[in-house]
Amino acid sequence: MSPDPTPVPRDIPLPLPVNGHALELLLIAAFIAHILFVNLMVGGSILVLAFEIRGAKNPDYDRLARALASTVTVNKSLAVVLGVAPLLLLNLLYTIHFYTANTLTGTAWILLIPTIATTFLLLYLHKYTWDRLRDLKWLHIGIQAMAVVLFLFIPLVFLTNVNLMMFPEHWTNVRGFLSALVLPNVFPRYFHFLCASLILTSLFGVGYFGRAKYPVEETFQALTRPQIRRAFYTVAFGVSLAQFIVGPLVLFTLPSKGLSGAVLSAIAMGALLAIPAIWMMWKDLSLPEPDGKRLPFIAGCLSLTVLCMATGRHVYRGVALAEHRQAMRLATERWAEESAQAAYEQTLGRERAAQGVTQGQALFQSTCSACHGVDRRVVGPPLTEIARIYADNPDGIVTWARAPGKKRVDYPQMPAFASLGDPKLRAIAAYMLQTGASKTAP
Amino acid sequence: MDLPVFHLDVLNNRMLIAIIAVLHVVINHAMAVGGIPLVSYLERRGVRTGDDAWDKLAFRLLTVFFVITTTVGALTGVGIWFSTSLVNPYAMGSLLRVFFWTWFTEWLVFVTEVVLILAYYLTWKKWTGPRKRAHARMGVVLSIASWATMALIVSILSFMMDPGSWQSNRTLFSGMFNPVYLPQLAFRTPLAMVMAGAFGLAIAVGATDAGTELRTNAVRTLSRWILAWILPCAAGGIWYAHAVPSAMASNLAVALLTQALEGWSRTALGVLAAVSAAIALLALWGAVRPNEVHTWALIAPAFLAVLLIGTFERVREFIRKPYTIAGYMYANGIRKDDYPMLQRDGLLAHATYTSVRRITPENEVDAGREVFALACTRCHTTDGVNGIRDVLTTLYGPDKPWDRDAIGAYVGAMHTTRPFMPPFPGSELEKRALAAYLVHLQDHREPLEGAQVTGVRVER
Repeated sequence: MSPDPTPVPRDIPLPLPVNGHALELLLIAAFIAHILFVNLMVGGSILVLAFEIRGAKNPDYDRLARALASTVTVNKSLAVVLGVAPLLLLNLLYTIHFYTANTLTGTAWILLIPTIATTFLLLYLHKYTWDRLRDLKWLHIGIQAMAVVLFLFIPLVFLTNVNLMMFPEHWTNVRGFLSALVLPNVFPRYFHFLCASLILTSLFGVGYFGRAKYPVEETFQALTRPQIRRAFYTVAFGVSLAQFIVGPLVLFTLPSKGLSGAVLSAIAMGALLAIPAIWMMWKDLSLPEPDGKRLPFIAGCLSLTVLCMATGRHVYRGVALAEHRQAMRLATERWAEESAQAAYEQTLGRERAAQGVTQGQALFQSTCSACHGVDRRVVGPPLTEIARIYADNPDGIVTWARAPGKKRVDYPQMPAFASLGDPKLRAIAAYMLQTGASKTAP
Repeated sequence: MDLPVFHLDVLNNRMLIAIIAVLHVVINHAMAVGGIPLVSYLERRGVRTGDDAWDKLAFRLLTVFFVITTTVGALTGVGIWFSTSLVNPYAMGSLLRVFFWTWFTEWLVFVTEVVLILAYYLTWKKWTGPRKRAHARMGVVLSIASWATMALIVSILSFMMDPGSWQSNRTLFSGMFNPVYLPQLAFRTPLAMVMAGAFGLAIAVGATDAGTELRTNAVRTLSRWILAWILPCAAGGIWYAHAVPSAMASNLAVALLTQALEGWSRTALGVLAAVSAAIALLALWGAVRPNEVHTWALIAPAFLAVLLIGTFERVREFIRKPYTIAGYMYANGIRKDDYPMLQRDGLLAHATYTSVRRITPENEVDAGREVFALACTRCHTTDGVNGIRDVLTTLYGPDKPWDRDAIGAYVGAMHTTRPFMPPFPGSELEKRALAAYLVHLQDHREPLEGAQVTGVRVER
């Protein structure tokens, strides 16, 4: 069996409300804002869990987990609300591609809604039962662990969808979410995202708990500000190094159809910008008491890295989809023309019927009457003669008109009318037989 | 036609949307649009009277509203989008193109709203003393933002009922300010306030102790709040009910439909009026004898309010049929303008995803199944909610074999006798194939899976 051809669906036949390029810039900006808070939410939840487990032995880490948890519930609200804009723009710019991916993974996609809502409720439950479940610590940790497990699953569904939308050639092979999950590049990107979440949250921790205004002495028994900075910096540094393994993996598993010079240079630029940031993390970690003075520089470099990566990712999507979108554009235009023509013909048919003119008669007048008279020869044989030859055989006329031959030496050859289509040819044939017969009849 | 068909053969697609949407509207109306002004009012009352008890009550209400709106409320809002774009992507995709700026503006207001509610909730206990007044003012700004998000979205809901002059000039402004918009807004705004009061009463049962002065005061105040909004709500409802049928009638020539709509709007009005009256009576009891009201009577208005809005949303969805965007797109997701071509050439000839392209006597049932998936599954299942086997059993009986020709003829004419049905969008051959499939269903209980399970095929 030959593989199914790449589907070429048609787009929504309404114009974009504004220039597409402006929307694309807006999409990149809105996506970065969204993903930053998603990173803080997911990375924050993982760190809260890790710190709280560690807090079983060192109560200071329990306090650190609790303080971090209260930022997670704020960040999660912003992650959702800031997700609306990129969703809106993605829906608008890539309507068909995005919706197709959503449908093909439909069950997992719609389950995101209750899953995310449940995760958020678990976060609140965890946050507000910290004291009440003090004696049932493992239950309390279990609540957070459940939220983290769900948070680890949710991005996978989003990633699978935005990946699937770029590869129409795979659409016919997808049977639900799990089969879309195994398409190339999903897991490397997923790990890349998780690493980014941990790096961002750790650096956020360095800044948030390391700032002079944070009441470290009142909150913790033994932990000092430099120690907290060191704890967060260590995570950021370690995971950043890991990112240098995961990053190339993302690049190498990326299907080549969307790669271009611009994509590669954006990614390379992003990676290069990360190097001084990591170097500065190392410098801060080498101090006996990390002072966090390099944090603005690190944050600046990594912000540019994120910008480069988001741009590269967007350009990749543009290149990957360019050919398919062009094919879709043509199909959409063709569809609109055909549809308008059919609507016009239907109206015309109604008007003719109101005037007592059949479609066959109208088509005969416009297409055939230049050569065929009713009862006398103009160029070709008249209808009376045609009606005699094809009496009770209208299909014979259709077959002839589609591919006429040459029967009579003294007549010029008739051109083919296959392009009119069988329904119209049939209507003409019916008219010819009826009119020809009525003129022949005594 | 051009997208894979998502289908839930037990639950029904529309039911999926209904569950998510009604849940969202209940939360949004009761706990944001109406809830925040209520909290803000109680907070100001605390500031004015100097009685700390009001502040505590307001904060308890806000805590419930805050947790629920930022979790289930926010997610069901996104969920309406997810579910409608799965079930009717053409309608959603079209609305996005028309209303992009409305949605974008709504997003900006929504961001403001979320930032403000975070700030409002998190600074409640920190902004004390002289800063309390500023905090109370923040409540007012938040109330306005909450209302504005609804006010923007309602324009899109009304547009789907009656696009008004957009049909001819295609501008955003004419789409937004369609004939149903202001009446609908005039109804939803006080309705949200009534709902907030009803939910406030139910929460007050848990948030205050029975027999205390705070309970009595809370019940009296919340009941008066409900009473104050009941009349505007009824007035808005009547205006809205009058705006709908006439506007729909101008779009649809079939006289029967108008009658059916009037029947529906009267029934709906009856239900709305009875439930509103019950809420009003309970609120009156609370306002006059706040310390004698039974606990059940404090909880009942919230349930009645959910019933009220659930019914209302159901009626609203129903009367829009056969359209999903009145006069432009049918409930099956097919543009009205594409009907002549599809009826001439057939749905399958133009479908991107189908396993049958040409109908032959051998593949008729398969072709009919594809036609059913494309044309009917936005509203019908085989055996689940609004199952087609049930419909046909009612029409043709369970015992004797169904007549294929009769079903075929009915499919061609059903939109004249069942005005909420779109006309059949396919060719004559497809009508026969669909009839063959429907007859086949009589003694074959076979569920129809959506593309999320079976994937898609592209037949050349």
